[in-house]
Amino acid sequence: MISNDVGYNSKVEGEVVVTRADAVINWIRKHSVWPMPMGLACCAIELMASAASRYDISRFGMEVMRFSPRQSDCMIVAGTVTYKMAEVVRRIYDQMGDPKWVVAMGACASTGGMYRSYAVMQGVDNVVPVDVYVSGCPPRPEALLDAMMKLQGKIGSESAVKNLSKEPEEIGVS
Amino acid sequence: MSTTTKEINVGDVGARAEAISDGSRMALNVGPSHPTTHGVLRLLMELDGDTITNCEPVLGYLHRGDEKIAENMTYNQFVPYTDRLDYLAPLANNVAYAITVERLAGIELPPRCEAIRVLISEMARISSHLLGMGVFGMDAGAWTPFMYTFTEREKLYTLFEELTGARFTTSYTRIGGVARDLPEGWLPKVEKFVDELPKAIDEVEKLLTRNRIFLDRTEGIGTISKNDALAYGLTGPNLRACGIDLDLRKDKPYSGYENYEFDVPIGTKGDCYDRYLVRIEEVRQSILIIKQVIASMPGGLWYAEDAKKIFAPPKEKIMTNMEELIQNFMIVTEGPQIPAGETYFEAENPKGALGFYLVSKGGGVPYRLKIRAPSFCNLSILEKLVPGHMLSDITVILGSLDFVMGECDR
Amino acid sequence: MIDDDFVKSLLGSRGYLSFKHRDDCLTLSCPPKHLLEFCKFLRNEETFDLLTDLTAIDHGENASPRFSVVIHLYSLIHKSYLRIHVCCDDDNSPSVPSVSEIYPGANWHEREAYDMFGVKFSDHPNLKRILMWDDYPYFPLRKDFPLAGIEVPLPAADVAEVTGASVDPAPMMGGPFVSPGQGRMSEAEPSAKDESWTETFEKPL
Repeated sequence: MISNDVGYNSKVEGEVVVTRADAVINWIRKHSVWPMPMGLACCAIELMASAASRYDISRFGMEVMRFSPRQSDCMIVAGTVTYKMAEVVRRIYDQMGDPKWVVAMGACASTGGMYRSYAVMQGVDNVVPVDVYVSGCPPRPEALLDAMMKLQGKIGSESAVKNLSKEPEEIGVS
Repeated sequence: MSTTTKEINVGDVGARAEAISDGSRMALNVGPSHPTTHGVLRLLMELDGDTITNCEPVLGYLHRGDEKIAENMTYNQFVPYTDRLDYLAPLANNVAYAITVERLAGIELPPRCEAIRVLISEMARISSHLLGMGVFGMDAGAWTPFMYTFTEREKLYTLFEELTGARFTTSYTRIGGVARDLPEGWLPKVEKFVDELPKAIDEVEKLLTRNRIFLDRTEGIGTISKNDALAYGLTGPNLRACGIDLDLRKDKPYSGYENYEFDVPIGTKGDCYDRYLVRIEEVRQSILIIKQVIASMPGGLWYAEDAKKIFAPPKEKIMTNMEELIQNFMIVTEGPQIPAGETYFEAENPKGALGFYLVSKGGGVPYRLKIRAPSFCNLSILEKLVPGHMLSDITVILGSLDFVMGECDR
Repeated sequence: MIDDDFVKSLLGSRGYLSFKHRDDCLTLSCPPKHLLEFCKFLRNEETFDLLTDLTAIDHGENASPRFSVVIHLYSLIHKSYLRIHVCCDDDNSPSVPSVSEIYPGANWHEREAYDMFGVKFSDHPNLKRILMWDDYPYFPLRKDFPLAGIEVPLPAADVAEVTGASVDPAPMMGGPFVSPGQGRMSEAEPSAKDESWTETFEKPL
């Protein structure tokens, strides 16, 4: 009997969905990204505003801002990274468990922003690998939410099952 | 990659090495990335059980080199950097910087410009105190006031966006005036916001002010004496909560503050609870000032017309007249020509007294600009204040001092 | 009240002070060896008990004295500021007595002046860097130090090893875009004068 329903016909197949493991794992991961807010400067205020009630990051399941790196998935570097702080950012990144992603929020975290001086690291990607860059000084909360959606799209296209058995270096994470 | 373990030299951690090695004390590092520190402040502490016996703050994690940058930028090019000093009240920093340079240049501002500056300074004060008190409640364990105050701040952000183009980091003032006039219909919107704000403040007060848990956590904690406050250079609400009457808006009025009637709340005991009460009352007084400014907003120009080599003329004249075109070109490329000399001006910012010390050798670029940050001085009291308290009081003390690392480290 | 009588009596009783100007507030110049006595007098007798600012100025490599320390005091009774300029005697290793005994708030300001300019404050309880990391070898706000910075290794050796990062000079791209104001119009325009090096193309030696 050919089913005309999209997906599956529960009378025939029962309450079972058949899909690829990658799709399920990625679907779970991308809808419960717990950010670790590395709120350094002014962008942290826009990060807090995106977590407040007007721009509700909780719609995406990301309101759980865990300050402990062991419990978080995505580090949002919000603000200027100085050379003195770079070491701290890297150490906290190292403590996060795999899989982990990094969002460089704002101009200062992406490339150093308007601070071309002796004390500012010109972009946090000198010390941690960045997945999504958000421009703006500071980026509007909508821009940050758009970046998180792009991150969700990136997570959705990972080959999760193959990566489960590899070392982090092979994937190119660290 | 595996996490590296580091060999620590115990003498580095602000705690005395002999005390650690004989086991009577514990060293604790409240590191730069921590939810309770308002920004990147590191505290090296030595604990005896739960009581703190020594505390050494480490700053500099957000030092961006603003003062060196100022020596390479024209006066107007530096205005965006002043936004990012106290990034909770950027308009107030813009105003303080503009007034400093105008004092050195000897420019008189028209009354409308001064009234606009008072209005935006008070709105910035409301914005900063709302966030300060919301986060203070969050530090003490209460999540809801944070949500309420952020909702009010979002309304303020909408108003700022209509006026300046940006939610915060406004860069609104220029040397000799403000960037553009008030938009049509903006003042009634501000009035509507200010009429609805007391209800929101009342809701926050209902949650916190007579809350038993909040009182237990903040009363008698972090008490600063009058002598200590003056000795360590505290200013702003932190100083007034100790009982000292110093408000630059009343003692050395600037930008037309003498035309408005308002009270200055003074505390009695100087503990965390008093600092909270002073800030809540300052928001109510700011509402009064804003109402007076709106009722008496004068007409006229929003910039100093006779500041020929300093403020760029309006666009219609630049596009049609030769002299104004050349003037605009010189001001934009070489900078506003400020005469040689030195000046120091402090404005009453929400965090304290923000001072700019400007040394100019003529020309469009400053020779030396020192930013006297209120948070830098407010934090210097931590070494004296914290020892003797319990570890769990740290969050409340830091929240009540209401500092911002952007201006502390510059 | 800071009026002419006050200034006259102050200058008369202390011969080492010299009057500079009174444009925005009373500005005096005091030699380093009398600074402590003068500050004690100001705090105890003349009610200047709030030290609002302490900083240093570099007058240029060719100037002598090269460094001077500027102190701003505020009096709640007189409701006005007082500025003291103190010129450092030695141009190569400038040193000034520390006022942190009299004004404890000056402690951190003096550490910052040492960090940025290299001015040493004698008898300071804890003179080490405050804004830059402890091992940083240069004094950033001196006039001979470039805005972009000078290359030094990253303060944490293990992070530098793993990531290959170091403290590099910031790519200026010929900026900052400020005109010098002199010379012919084609040279005085704020264009990127030195476009020979950017982030992708190394600076030619």
